[in-house]
Amino acid sequence: MSADPNTSAGPVLGRSLPRLEDPPLVRGRGRFVGDISFPHQLHMRVVRSPYAHARLRAIDVAAALGAPGVVAVWTAADIADLPAIDFRDPAAEALRPYRQPLLAEERLRYVGEPAAAVFATDPYLAEDAADLVAIEADELPPVLDAAAPPGRFAEGLSTSQGLSTSQGLSTEAVEMHGGYGEVEAAFASAHAIVALDLEIGRHSGVPLEPRGALAYWDASRDVLELYGAAKVPHRNRDALARMFGRAAAAVVLKEGNTGGGFGVRGELYPEDFLVCLAALRLERPVKWIEDRRENLMAANHSRQQRHLVRVAVDAEGHVLALDDELYLDQGAYVRTHGARVLEMTIGMLPGPYHIPAYRAVGHFRLTNKTPAATYRAPGRYEGSFVRERLLDAVADRLGLDRIEVRRRNLIAKREMPFSRPLSALGTEIVYDSGDYALLLDKALAQIGWDALQTELKRRRAAGELVGAGLGIFVDKGGLGPADGARVTVDTTGAVELVTGGSNVGQGFATAMAQICADALGVDYRRVRVVYGQTDRIQYGIGAHASRASVMTGGATHAATLKLREKALDMAASLLQAAPGELNIEDGVVVHRGRPGGPSIALGEIARHLAPDSPVLGDRDPGLCAEGWFRTSHMTYPYGVQIAVVRVDGDTGQAAVERYLCAYDIGRAINPMLVEGQLVGGIVQGLGGALYEEFRYDERGEPLSVTFADYLMPTLREVPPIEILLTEDAPSPLNPLGIKSAGEGGITPVGAVIAAAIDDALTLPGAITRLPATPQRIKALLRAAAQRARPVAAEG
Amino acid sequence: MSERTDVTLNVNGRFYPLRLEPRRTLLDAIRDECGLTGTHMGCEHGVCGACTVLVDGAPIRACLMFAVQAEGAMIRTVEGLANGDRLHPLQRALIAHHGVQCGFCTPGFLMLAAGILEREPEIGDDELLEALSSNLCRCTGYQGIVAAVRAAIAEWRAGSS
Repeated sequence: MSADPNTSAGPVLGRSLPRLEDPPLVRGRGRFVGDISFPHQLHMRVVRSPYAHARLRAIDVAAALGAPGVVAVWTAADIADLPAIDFRDPAAEALRPYRQPLLAEERLRYVGEPAAAVFATDPYLAEDAADLVAIEADELPPVLDAAAPPGRFAEGLSTSQGLSTSQGLSTEAVEMHGGYGEVEAAFASAHAIVALDLEIGRHSGVPLEPRGALAYWDASRDVLELYGAAKVPHRNRDALARMFGRAAAAVVLKEGNTGGGFGVRGELYPEDFLVCLAALRLERPVKWIEDRRENLMAANHSRQQRHLVRVAVDAEGHVLALDDELYLDQGAYVRTHGARVLEMTIGMLPGPYHIPAYRAVGHFRLTNKTPAATYRAPGRYEGSFVRERLLDAVADRLGLDRIEVRRRNLIAKREMPFSRPLSALGTEIVYDSGDYALLLDKALAQIGWDALQTELKRRRAAGELVGAGLGIFVDKGGLGPADGARVTVDTTGAVELVTGGSNVGQGFATAMAQICADALGVDYRRVRVVYGQTDRIQYGIGAHASRASVMTGGATHAATLKLREKALDMAASLLQAAPGELNIEDGVVVHRGRPGGPSIALGEIARHLAPDSPVLGDRDPGLCAEGWFRTSHMTYPYGVQIAVVRVDGDTGQAAVERYLCAYDIGRAINPMLVEGQLVGGIVQGLGGALYEEFRYDERGEPLSVTFADYLMPTLREVPPIEILLTEDAPSPLNPLGIKSAGEGGITPVGAVIAAAIDDALTLPGAITRLPATPQRIKALLRAAAQRARPVAAEG
Repeated sequence: MSERTDVTLNVNGRFYPLRLEPRRTLLDAIRDECGLTGTHMGCEHGVCGACTVLVDGAPIRACLMFAVQAEGAMIRTVEGLANGDRLHPLQRALIAHHGVQCGFCTPGFLMLAAGILEREPEIGDDELLEALSSNLCRCTGYQGIVAAVRAAIAEWRAGSS
């Protein structure tokens, strides 16, 4: 879809207007953290563990300290006064011993773990000196399989869990339980039970811009500034202030352009704390930009899970109960999210279906890999793979059509709002609105499902390995509890909207400007949107878990309506009219129904609201207003995705020929941006389904540390993607009916691709593990050929 | 290692007399010495293409070339693409077709496509896709980028015919 060139006429909300972010970006005028420098700055280089698991004996920094340009070299001993990195939200006490220190202390727990930090006057010199730091350590056997019996994370630690000191601390940090209903009884009375062993590979967001941070301590005001913030600047400001014992106002986070977020960027990592600490202690600005190898071994990984799952069904294919035991490979430490990914996996796994009884037992296990956390649609990419694989398996077992099995289990429109005794992100799950069956019908019609089946059958008969897969999913967004915004019009009529949001590439500023412009009655290009500046607004919810449009959008809407009221009140007094007779058109207050009558521009009204204005009266000065949006439940957008995949029988390579995403957004602020989010998510999902995997050898050495080994989709691997955007189920939870767009695209992709490959190979249930690489598909084809051969031939 | 050498770079028609280590990459020289930060570092091993610039008209990875190797060449970066306030057709097309999300890969794609446009305006669609697949984008799923480059090429051809 291309942007609407006619930008000044008609409603602003719901139109595909060009992005306000784009003009500087296409001119190379973006300001990413690497583009910012301060006079006299130092450059940090992190020395990383070459061991997956080792007992640290000593780190020799003498040679590095003597190297040209080096100002300081730190190991854990130099910063022993600082605690491990805390959780963003209150997390179980049991997780605390698994937090990551800023620099490794007694143990090295993954290849890539920060062990020392070098500060030098030039990045090349910092890297030279880092090579001179010698790590002495005794290698220990690594834990690499989260589904194997748990091992010992540390000796001699007693925890609040009551583990004795002789046992030490287990690599199972938490065992989480979720569910409801009579699971055992349902399995006992089932017509059939289908059991699967499913694995989702280790992959992650991998934004194209590597992580970076630049800290500057302004001694004159005693303010610590951190550039390179993203995602949750306000929450991170609070965490940094806590860590350094500073007032929140004495720490300022500044977000510029951000080269992709995807959940990974904008989390607080050891390096963020180290640059801040160094700026404070070395009294010089400190800059750190990681290289790609570091990014792939030190930024958050995600996804890796194994599910041993069973489903009980009746003879018609109705699900009676679902029983899941899952293992989450958390890597070496528990980072800022705590166990949120596990909680979301369990809470969101049932998706759009009736699951009368459900039991999930989640094992949150530490291994000697890069720590894991959230990546776009955390828990839902994994859970959707499991759920939709199960439904396909049920259809196969009962000899039913896979669409029909889904239809029989879908939650109906009349049951909305639909609540489940489960939680995700700490809130009770209540699906706010939806007509899943309607969207399924629309998706099938859009792709021409029946004709497609005929065509695929014909092609398979002609020898091609080609098939289609389908997945239905419910996503979530718009988590509260509250967000605020402040809007101001100056005397030139320019609008400034100050938010606590974050712009990680999704077009946040454009979307917010559209909401503001629509509610106020101005050209959206007159709205300057401020985000990610913690000194401009006290609170900010940021951009995570698909909540920006609902929460900050809601706050923007509320603030703008208040400002509009104030403008009309002042205008009414100036124009001697009743406020109800007035309207705002293109930034000018006019009399409704009296074209050419008296009018006054918003800038003029702002002038009359100045503190020294003779007509101010009892009003508070300024054409400005603050608004809040509050909500206690999430929004639940949903979708249906269909893929057509062709497998090359010689190479085992699966190629996606066609991809459809039908998605109900509730209401789109800017359909072009929504489509951009969906398409981008789908392509990332294809990466995790077919190509991307962080692999390790048996010693825990990471094998995917360059873009030559960690394979992200190029445009050669991506088919044209069709989007069917619907607005059949606006959210009742906010005045605009908005749901969310950030994560729905990626959510079911693994499931859909797996189903399509099964269909292409005519091997139902063949794909049990993602990514479905050529090697794995070749192995399946070989095994199938083996089975097809008569047994006698083997002898 | 740290011995410095004099080198003059011609970037976007402007001469930058620099004194730098021979090991300094063209990418770092453009960004840190010339102050042109529109060219981005994405992988430093020549895979992602975020650092693509034109050297004597050909798209190259600025992370894989030393600055001293570019002496005497005409280097063009994203900052030189627009003509004053008038955006290059590729820049306009990227905006119109939503080919930009975070914008980090954008300068590299622009310079890659500009090289194609100027050197092979009659390129076939399949070859175009092949050429564009040498750069990575993590946000857009490429749909908007492909649509934009196709549109700009069509406009370019119409304009030069």
